[in-house]
Amino acid sequence: MRLTFTVNGRQQEADDVWEGESLLYVLRERMGLPGSKNACEQGECGSCTVRLDGVPVCACLVAAGQVQDREVVTVEGLADYARQRAEGGCGTGACGTSLDDAKRWQSKPADGRTGEAGAFPQQLSAIQRAFIDAGAVQCGFCTPGLLVAADELLERNASPSDEDIREALSGNLCRCTGYEKILDAVRLAAARTEEAV
Amino acid sequence: MTTTRPLLGSPMTRLEGREKVTGTARYAVDYPVDRVAYAWPVPAAVARGEITAVDATAALADPAVLAVLSYENAPRLHDTDDRTLAVLQSPHIAHRGQFAALAVATSLEAARGAAAAIRVAYAPEPHDVILTRDHPGLYKPDEVDEGMPTDREHGDFDTVYARAQVRLDAVYETPPLHNHPLEPHAATAMWDGDDLTVYDSNQGATAVQHVLAELFGLATGKIHVINEHVGGGFGSKGTARPHVVLAAMAARVVRRPVKLALPRNQLAAVTGHRSPTIQRIRIGADTEGHVQALAHEVTTQISALDGFVEPAAVVSRVMYAAPNSRTTHRVTRLDVPTPSWMRAPGECPGMFALESAMDELAIACGVDPIELRVRNEPTVEPDSGLPFSSRHLVECLREGTRRFGWHDRDPRIAGKHEGRLLIGSGVAASTYPVYVMASHAEAHAGPDGSYEVHVSASDIGTGARTVLTQIAADALGVPLDRVRVRVGSSDLPPASVAGASSGTASWGWPVHKACTELRQRLEALGHSVPEQGLTVAADIAEDLDDREDYARHAFGAQFAEVQVDTVTGETRVRRLLGVFAAGRILNPRTARSQFIGGMTMGLGMALLEGSTMDPAFGDYAERDLASYHVPACADVPEIDVHWIEEEDPQLNPMGSKGIGEIGIVGTAAAIANAVHHATGVRIRALPIHPAVLMPPLAGARQASPS
Ligand code: FES
Ligand code: FES
Repeated sequence: MRLTFTVNGRQQEADDVWEGESLLYVLRERMGLPGSKNACEQGECGSCTVRLDGVPVCACLVAAGQVQDREVVTVEGLADYARQRAEGGCGTGACGTSLDDAKRWQSKPADGRTGEAGAFPQQLSAIQRAFIDAGAVQCGFCTPGLLVAADELLERNASPSDEDIREALSGNLCRCTGYEKILDAVRLAAARTEEAV
Repeated sequence: MTTTRPLLGSPMTRLEGREKVTGTARYAVDYPVDRVAYAWPVPAAVARGEITAVDATAALADPAVLAVLSYENAPRLHDTDDRTLAVLQSPHIAHRGQFAALAVATSLEAARGAAAAIRVAYAPEPHDVILTRDHPGLYKPDEVDEGMPTDREHGDFDTVYARAQVRLDAVYETPPLHNHPLEPHAATAMWDGDDLTVYDSNQGATAVQHVLAELFGLATGKIHVINEHVGGGFGSKGTARPHVVLAAMAARVVRRPVKLALPRNQLAAVTGHRSPTIQRIRIGADTEGHVQALAHEVTTQISALDGFVEPAAVVSRVMYAAPNSRTTHRVTRLDVPTPSWMRAPGECPGMFALESAMDELAIACGVDPIELRVRNEPTVEPDSGLPFSSRHLVECLREGTRRFGWHDRDPRIAGKHEGRLLIGSGVAASTYPVYVMASHAEAHAGPDGSYEVHVSASDIGTGARTVLTQIAADALGVPLDRVRVRVGSSDLPPASVAGASSGTASWGWPVHKACTELRQRLEALGHSVPEQGLTVAADIAEDLDDREDYARHAFGAQFAEVQVDTVTGETRVRRLLGVFAAGRILNPRTARSQFIGGMTMGLGMALLEGSTMDPAFGDYAERDLASYHVPACADVPEIDVHWIEEEDPQLNPMGSKGIGEIGIVGTAAAIANAVHHATGVRIRALPIHPAVLMPPLAGARQASPS
């Protein structure tokens, strides 16, 4: 099939896509967006978490055919997505994106390959900054999925309790950190966002 | 970033943090590569036997399929010491899951489909996969780890044990454990003539470079191994693994770059794991708990191909004063996957046994378990007689006692209820040796006042890049932002693996040495850097030879509080506290996360993790993260970590001991001891599942119908 969908605010097309191919494969191998990780390919680890029309999903469990005409946000687009949200847009597509917002929100360069760090200097989102500052990253393989999941939690619940955080992140495995610093990072991002409001 | 604080010991944030949080950090199969093909391995479907036929007709019918490799047509490799790397070289199958064939195609889906369509026929042979204490194949290996003696004997254990006032004789078991780093083993391989470049997920680019050079019969300079970012390893990536050999082979055959990421369900058989252990401990003591005789006898397994003998009794040569002692290892070869290193090999399972036994001894003598350990503190290393370069176990126990509130604990067993929950607490000691391995580094001063430091170190998530930058800037006497440290490539000065908690010492030392000399040379030049810059290379081989003989180890104490549900049998950890003495902590931010990560893996070992060998099929039943339970966020309680300031001039110029592994040592014993305190049930075989706790708990309920 010809697959048409939106990734990080930009319309994308891919030809000769087998409908049963995973969204994770499409993102990583066809779109040049390897930020979402494949650690189990069966929905156990959360490393591949992306937003699909705003809902956090395991990209490894979503078939390519299911994303036709829908909106996907990956870790590569998270900073812009968060910025747009802060500016009052929506970004998910579920509540409509104004032309101005859409123009502003372009996390991907036009050639479809996300550059290395620095190719398009971007401001980090609150959760990304908090992960760095709290020391919540070790090997970083779980990080993209955790960031997407944690950002979605904070979108729903600006001041989550520890139990809310553990619940929201319990589908994201991390083998390195023991989670303590990840919890700290989510608390930190929540506190900073509250201060800023 | 200019700072006047001392650079060593400052909580610098991770240098590659930004790349990791924006998804731009590139791991082994994340690099954009033109004309890339994908490979998918076919695991052997018998536990032992011969391949009699490989039929690739159906697989090759798909035009997207570029090749099917098996022993019949794969390129011939040269021999190496590691027989797990002789992939597709012979029809013989040594264990289920060993690779029998490989499909290569232009898309991942086509490769996966082709792998499923390859028909491999086998002549199976009977297999033997179950370890027992009296297995007829048990023998005494020549050594248990490089250079560690298999057996040690001091005094007269048998006589003194037989006469002891208090005797303990117990058998402890640890199951096979799998490392399961979040990033599966993966590689992208590319040939350019006779030059091979691999992006590989490993813990040591230099080591993988050497082994690939041997296998393909090439000079090491022809092989370029890049491991810029690695998604964890915990020992399972400490040596080259079959995936990288397969990827390189496939790339040579199809004349295109090849990506091979092992699917999670293939890892358990081919990327190493911790062997199961059966450990008998006998302790003879006086009624005050002074240990007079100690025997620690380990039974474990390796594979038909070889493998690492888990040196679990070695801790009993280090921990406690025991004038009469015996430590032994016996091993048998089984038709199982090849075991290897997993975080704190030897120490981790060994201390589960020893520290459980010390708890049992404390109860038998009616002595507080902390006091018991203090009473048995040695003045020199018991086995070698060498002085310790530093040993602050007692200080860790005391500090932990205070922080945990140990004195408020009621020592009575099964004395504390909260509704249907039983509450208890336990303690155990931790230890891990201080290793340093020879490595090289280069420091370069540019005419613009910038510095570059090169070392083929591997940052597997530990924060090596960051701490090496701190070490370099400190030695150069310049702010951090003037120094760029390059790691993660075998084209850099050769260095040791990220293993044995030795990375910071082994890489930091030559970095420190090169930077110190560079600074002196620049001072001699009046700080005017020549136009082409100035480079200093350093190698620490001689410094290592010149070191004085000391017993060098880190120590710690771990405290756990658990609740056991008397109805469901579920154990949950409420609190964990670790207090460590590990030399100078160079970066408290990354160090803390390492300690906590280790303790969390120890919690997993205590309550959740374990692989079961299927006797009929001869493989591990748990092959995914749904069945092999690593701790999830909701399993992990508040974990608290502290360390004691420890000055030790006998280590390295930074004064540091390794911290990557000690966190997992002792955790499982602390938790098992807490479960005993809570319930009166002593679990000597891990993990502590509800299924093992339920029968004794139900028995206890019947006995006391309150
Ligand atoms: S890779 Fe999708 S959940 Fe693990
Ligand atoms: S940081 Fe390595 S898995 Fe989470």
